[in-house]
Amino acid sequence: MNFLRYIRHTCLLALLLCGAAVQAETFVFTAIPDQDETQLQERFGKVADYLSKELGVEVRYIPVKSYAAAITAFRNNQVQLAWFGGLSGVQARRLVPGSVALAQGYEDQFFKSFFIAHKSAGLQPGETLPEALKGKTFTFGSKGSTSGRLMPEFYLREQFGMAPEKLFSRVGFSGDHSRTIAQVQAGAYQVGAVNYAVWESELAAGKIDTDKVQVIWTTPTYPDYQWSIRGDVDKRFGAGFQDKVRAALLDMKDPELLASFPRQSFVPASNDDYDPIEETAKAIDLLD
Amino acid sequence: MMVALRQSLQQSSVRSLNSVCLLMIIAALLALPFADFRIYSVDPWSELSRIGMGLLLPGWQQPLSLLQAIVHTIAFALLAVAIAAPLGLLLAMVFRWRVVRLFCAAVRSVHELFWGLIFMQLYGISALTGLLAILVPFTGMFAKVFAEIFEQQSNTPAQTLPQAAPALARYVYTLIPQSLPALLSYTRYRFECALRSSAILGFIGLPTLGFHLESAFKQGYYSEAGALLWAFLLLIASIRYWLRPRLLPLYLLAAIWALPETVGFSSGGSLWRFISEDIWPTPLLQGDWPALAEWGAEMWQRQVWPGLLQTLLLTQVAVVLTGVVILLTYPLASRSLAGPWMRWPGRFLLLALRSAPEMVLAYIFLLLFGPSGLPVVLALALHNGGLIAFLVANASDAEEASRTRRPDDPTGLKRYAYVETPRRFPALLALLFYRWEVILRESAIMGLLGVATLGFFIDSAFEEIRYDRAMLLIVVGALLNMVVDTVSRRLRRSFAVAPV
Repeated sequence: MNFLRYIRHTCLLALLLCGAAVQAETFVFTAIPDQDETQLQERFGKVADYLSKELGVEVRYIPVKSYAAAITAFRNNQVQLAWFGGLSGVQARRLVPGSVALAQGYEDQFFKSFFIAHKSAGLQPGETLPEALKGKTFTFGSKGSTSGRLMPEFYLREQFGMAPEKLFSRVGFSGDHSRTIAQVQAGAYQVGAVNYAVWESELAAGKIDTDKVQVIWTTPTYPDYQWSIRGDVDKRFGAGFQDKVRAALLDMKDPELLASFPRQSFVPASNDDYDPIEETAKAIDLLD
Repeated sequence: MMVALRQSLQQSSVRSLNSVCLLMIIAALLALPFADFRIYSVDPWSELSRIGMGLLLPGWQQPLSLLQAIVHTIAFALLAVAIAAPLGLLLAMVFRWRVVRLFCAAVRSVHELFWGLIFMQLYGISALTGLLAILVPFTGMFAKVFAEIFEQQSNTPAQTLPQAAPALARYVYTLIPQSLPALLSYTRYRFECALRSSAILGFIGLPTLGFHLESAFKQGYYSEAGALLWAFLLLIASIRYWLRPRLLPLYLLAAIWALPETVGFSSGGSLWRFISEDIWPTPLLQGDWPALAEWGAEMWQRQVWPGLLQTLLLTQVAVVLTGVVILLTYPLASRSLAGPWMRWPGRFLLLALRSAPEMVLAYIFLLLFGPSGLPVVLALALHNGGLIAFLVANASDAEEASRTRRPDDPTGLKRYAYVETPRRFPALLALLFYRWEVILRESAIMGLLGVATLGFFIDSAFEEIRYDRAMLLIVVGALLNMVVDTVSRRLRRSFAVAPV
């Protein structure tokens, strides 16, 4: 058996080295949750098993590290289905004509971001962002994040009429919501913008010392994470496949599976739901 | 490499050595006021104590996934070096051709992570992407260093060959056998570098140690991060116990077998699309020249120029600080200065410094000093300083072992200042110059601290799916690297005259 496996691997490598494509009728998806990126393979393997049962084809999951990698995999047809953030979904669907937003998390219909500040910055919570923000140090989350970058930057520009680099004495990209919280809590940055869901779950887990860091402003709501699927799946996996995938996602009720995202349920979504995100991205020059 | 270096360095002249050092230090001092350094008051202790606890009490729940990550890390590194070293050797034989030299300088001037991001566009998240990301820049590196080793060989054996002997015969019968120990020792050193590169490629999604390390660090799961750091440290420390030449064929077969399987790879046209469309600015593809000029001017003003400047300034300061770190730490690990037993804590320190990814060090300094160029420079200096100090301490130990001690040998500080350091200094400086371009490349990838280096803008461009910008910035970075490489070669020659 081992020998056969070795032969298989060698052939695979040879094929790869020749640059040939290895085509298998396996339905592949990827997902980056907005919190807890550990043990992705184990957790999303279960989602793959669920989808496989519902769809009647082999389903595999590939872990990726960044929105950009997820978009690339989607564009190159390495994955056919992806759990994208609001912005990355828009970027991906622009690159793959015919692709469709299938479903979003229940919470994603009215997502929001928190601006958080270290106590020493002397900023008070209020109805608008305080003028005293000027000259502070500030960190976004990851560069391609909707809740950690796009929407916060949009509201900063809207209120202050200038780019964040002009407004703040320093602008960083922590790369992740948990790290934004950790860095603001440690005072490494005075102010940060963070996904509200991550903040609330870390608060519940006792990881946040509210004597050190607090929420100073909440953005209006916007649509965020969604499942997007390539338009050519019906051709490859049979007519009506796209609808079957949508139904399977909407029917996902097992709390253990939903906890991986983490969302309470999935609800239908469409490309149009994300027009505001696309407009915002264009407004702050993240999209051409 | 050490052998060759030592040979050539015996003829170094003190004066040129001093003036080179002085030049570097003045340049660093001049860079200081312009570089982006600023200390912010911070409150890091609860976070730092959590990191500390994680390192002291590492824990990992799934031994199988840890083992798998280790195996993948080794497999990528082994195969990449096994392919890159022979290719580099072939290129080294024709290194006198300018086109080969330029090609090698070009491929090695792009950081492995950026190669990874590029190949990911072409081959998805696959074993091929991981292999190519390491072996392409490493081939350029091997070619350069092998060619330099050949250059330092004595010419005499070659003169015994018939006049009409082809160049290949000259290499096979004289130069390669002559320099074999140096070639092998450099290959071994590069394997350690390949392990590091392989682990770090996990940061962009390959299933190596870095994959889990990045996740654990991001989420603040420091005991898991600690376990991964310890695993990597042990892996580096144990290389010489398991990397046996005789076992190599076995290892290579096992590595092929162990490469991660590629899931759902299907890209027909992505290579061509990438080359013909993605990497060119839209105005160029449309033939809209005024718009192209505007695109170029904007890129230059907003990203290229500030990125170049900041990268250069940080690098210059980091290089000099690396030198200071070497001088301070190598005696801790050398037999003749620290003693046969007391050198072990020192050796451990150097092991820890060179196996901790710079990103991790930078994150800790970010917590301590706030966001600026300072954490970047400190992380680069400690990591690279630890690496070179280790090589310097080894050279010192090797010399110590081959010599009988005299009763009137000076000890302690006197020995450090008047015997060991002067003896080590030329080789130390040569290694530092080798590492210069590495530091330059690495300073470029630490843009995450909000320091606008070239790498910060390259990373942003990939994240925004703007490959035209990424490509322009990568090319600029590569050109800068070639300039630094040329300068460092000139400087190295000025104090290390090659044997006639």
